[in-house]
Amino acid sequence: MQISARHSDQTTIFDVSGDIDLANSPEVRKALLREVREKRTPRVVLNLSNVRYIDSSGVASLVEGLKASRDLNLRFILFGLSPSAREVLQLSRLLKIFEVYDNEDQALSS
Amino acid sequence: MAQRDTKDASLVSNEGFLLKLELHSDPQLLCVVRGALERLTEVFGFSAPDRRSVTRAVDEALTNIMRHCYNGRTDQPIEVYCTRVKPRSPDHADGLEILLCDQGPAIDPAKLRGRRLDEIKPGGLGLHFIRQSMDTVEYRRVGSTNQFRLVKYLQPPA
Repeated sequence: MQISARHSDQTTIFDVSGDIDLANSPEVRKALLREVREKRTPRVVLNLSNVRYIDSSGVASLVEGLKASRDLNLRFILFGLSPSAREVLQLSRLLKIFEVYDNEDQALSS
Repeated sequence: MAQRDTKDASLVSNEGFLLKLELHSDPQLLCVVRGALERLTEVFGFSAPDRRSVTRAVDEALTNIMRHCYNGRTDQPIEVYCTRVKPRSPDHADGLEILLCDQGPAIDPAKLRGRRLDEIKPGGLGLHFIRQSMDTVEYRRVGSTNQFRLVKYLQPPA
């Protein structure tokens, strides 16, 4: 799994590629929480279009990012969900809780 | 075909054995097991959604073993047996049984219930994913071994 960040004024986009599972979900969690809690970035966007698989520990990392954002009145957005990622969010009844878009343009113009 | 090690494997069917994986409890190996299950379920004849379901369930079960049975140690043994099993009834199709075995402490069955989903909080989702994905989910302690048995049945032909 690889994660990199692109920054613009009020937005950070995390580009994640590979699978998010127990081996690397802590890295995702750490990156998200640092961006939200320390940097207080107004809008944090997670590009999941190259993430084929995400497990429950990955979902937990996303939930932590979302909760931290809400606590600080910041935005937390996902885009590019694979069928597998969409399924796990549906199974955990979280798909409607997150702000989700199909692609980057939609996410950034929201 | 190589001889199967049936030590402490009282739930393993003697017919229809397909695949055995032995691994250490290292999370880096989860993707390897997912790859094997993806191909096995494809060869077995599952639909794409069911292939994802089975792969997800096994992955989550392994994650639970690594985190909770072995408390994050990466050098402990896990065995995964994959077996074709007979249909539940004459009108149904065969199933794929996956038996996950670990040498960790016995599990309190009360902890296998999973949590309610009406709270938005991280954690506690693995068991839910497993139960949603598989037709049979059973736990048994046999000697010093935890056995977690999962079965998914093929959709019967239309």
